[in-house]
Amino acid sequence: MSDPSTASIVSTPGAHPTDSAAPATAGQPQSNEKPRGLLADAWRDLRRKPLFWISATLIVLFLLMAAFPALFAPGGDPETGALSRSLNKPSAEGWFGYDVQGRDVYARVIYGARASIQVAVLSVLGTLLIGGTMGIISGYRGGWVDALLSRIADVFFGLPFVLGAIVILTTFNGSGSGNSKNKIMGLVTASLIVLSWPVVMRLMRSSVLSTKEADYIVAARALGAGTGRIILKHLLPNCLAPLLVYGTIMVGSFIGAEATLSFLGVGLKSPVVSWGIMISDGQQFVRVAPGLVFFPAAFLVTAVLSFVMLGEAVREALDPKLR
Amino acid sequence: MSDILVSEQSASGPGGSGRPSGRLLEVDDLRVEFRTRDGVAKVINGVTYHVDAGETLAVLGESGSGKSVTAQTIMGILDTPPGFVTGGQVRFHGKDMLRMSDEERRRIRGEGIAMIFQDALSALNPVFTVGFQIAEQFRVRRGMGRAEAKKRAIDMLDQVKIPNAKGRFNNYPHQFSGGMRQRAMIAMSLALDPEVLIADEPTTALDVTVQAQIMDLLAELQRERQMGMILITHDLGVVADVADRIAVMYAGRIVEEADVYDLYAKPAHPYTMGLIESIPRLDEKGQQLRTIKGLPPNLMNIPPGCPFNPRCPMAQPVCRETIPPLLQVGNARASACHFAEELVNRV
Repeated sequence: MSDPSTASIVSTPGAHPTDSAAPATAGQPQSNEKPRGLLADAWRDLRRKPLFWISATLIVLFLLMAAFPALFAPGGDPETGALSRSLNKPSAEGWFGYDVQGRDVYARVIYGARASIQVAVLSVLGTLLIGGTMGIISGYRGGWVDALLSRIADVFFGLPFVLGAIVILTTFNGSGSGNSKNKIMGLVTASLIVLSWPVVMRLMRSSVLSTKEADYIVAARALGAGTGRIILKHLLPNCLAPLLVYGTIMVGSFIGAEATLSFLGVGLKSPVVSWGIMISDGQQFVRVAPGLVFFPAAFLVTAVLSFVMLGEAVREALDPKLR
Repeated sequence: MSDILVSEQSASGPGGSGRPSGRLLEVDDLRVEFRTRDGVAKVINGVTYHVDAGETLAVLGESGSGKSVTAQTIMGILDTPPGFVTGGQVRFHGKDMLRMSDEERRRIRGEGIAMIFQDALSALNPVFTVGFQIAEQFRVRRGMGRAEAKKRAIDMLDQVKIPNAKGRFNNYPHQFSGGMRQRAMIAMSLALDPEVLIADEPTTALDVTVQAQIMDLLAELQRERQMGMILITHDLGVVADVADRIAVMYAGRIVEEADVYDLYAKPAHPYTMGLIESIPRLDEKGQQLRTIKGLPPNLMNIPPGCPFNPRCPMAQPVCRETIPPLLQVGNARASACHFAEELVNRV
């Protein structure tokens, strides 16, 4: 979900050949070389990679799971259960068995994808947006603006991730606060963003610093382009590749981070269903019913792995040196 | 365009130039310095030149003589810091551009004055098609629709003689050859029909046969459009066919300015003389190439007197003490040498 929306900014060259393919081929009989850009090249490269197809398929599966959980667990109820089925072993009706409250583990794992992926994707988008904007500003303006923003980023960078998240979440999401689903998810997302944007900012800043000296930026200025146009049209598309890669990998690590926080009891809380909560709940019964930990953990690992693998594949495709 | 500028000029008052001379673009006693950690480099020390409509001025000089920095200052793309304009004026239609607001200057770029860069590959944005980058100007500055802008961009590509312009519209810069890229760059600069074109070593990155084609193209377009053109180069061979006047720069100063024929026939400055003598000649095959001995001065520590005196074969004591001003010698030419008269009058 993160890559199509971020990619839309950068995909202009990729989109061009498609909307103009017909006149181009009609008008140039002698030139059979199809126009290609950085992204078109990357796409050609990606298509040949099995790693890309495996991870992409898994991600699509997880995204579908998050969007339409009823499709995968028809009739399953993740939130209510019958205590009579407490800790039942996997069977034909409950494929992954039942937890201590008698809730269907399979339904919970499927429904848990939504919270985990939602939090991860929203955090990544927020991180890219805030970190990217700050990075562009400090890289392009330079001088004291850069110094100020970089020091602010350093402060946040210095906070240990888990400690920082625990402090933020226990302050705003303490035991006394309500259990509103959206509020908890918003808080977890916000704390992930607050603690991770400096990385993206540094990435963007260095990218902008190396790109803004390029002749084509100077040429755009010399032809009278305004600052906004230079940044959005000429600088941004040339700086986006590293962010795209990092964003993809970040989705995976944020799913893990959300699970960590939920496991520690400061992240998402019941009644929200998430993989982290399930692992946290299940660990007390790991000897009696290992499935309670195993199934959510397996989904978690697969999801994280597929996002990281996709990121890796995209990175290789975008890096011309690895071709 | 010109109407607006005339009215702006009359309204400019004391902030403006003061004396409208009718020149298209004038650089007047421009001074630029680079403030670096190691000290202040005086890169431009009072450069004065002008270009009129339909005229080509060649600015000639070695690397580091300040010819490109002058162009960057005119365009307003000087990197500040480290570069600072410390004095002088750049007048476009009589109005000092250095005192204009950023917005006013931005409007002149592209429509009033445009620039061609040395290395066209790095001056074209790699993620957009060449056509898109040309059409972008029509869309943004002329408010045209997508289809019309595309038509005009193809027309521009045609004008710079890119074969199969229509098919090439959707190509990316890396799919063009060196010469084609420079043509595309020229098309891009000329899209908004500028009155002055600054070409900063437009052929340096190209091989010799393509160089001639590009120079011919530039000369032709300049004639057709009656533009003023400032051609920055270090290649005397490139200049001869195209330029009307030549300004020779050394250590941030104009040391000689003359018509092409006068300059080649009788240089009025020892530096120009050295430059002309150092052109390899076919009829002197087998002999050693002539060079100007020594190195250009360190701009952080320019020697007192004439900056060329340490390398000058004719240097006298006076050259080490006073800087020779750029003075008129004979008809429509000027030289900054204490012995200019003698050089011109020699047999």
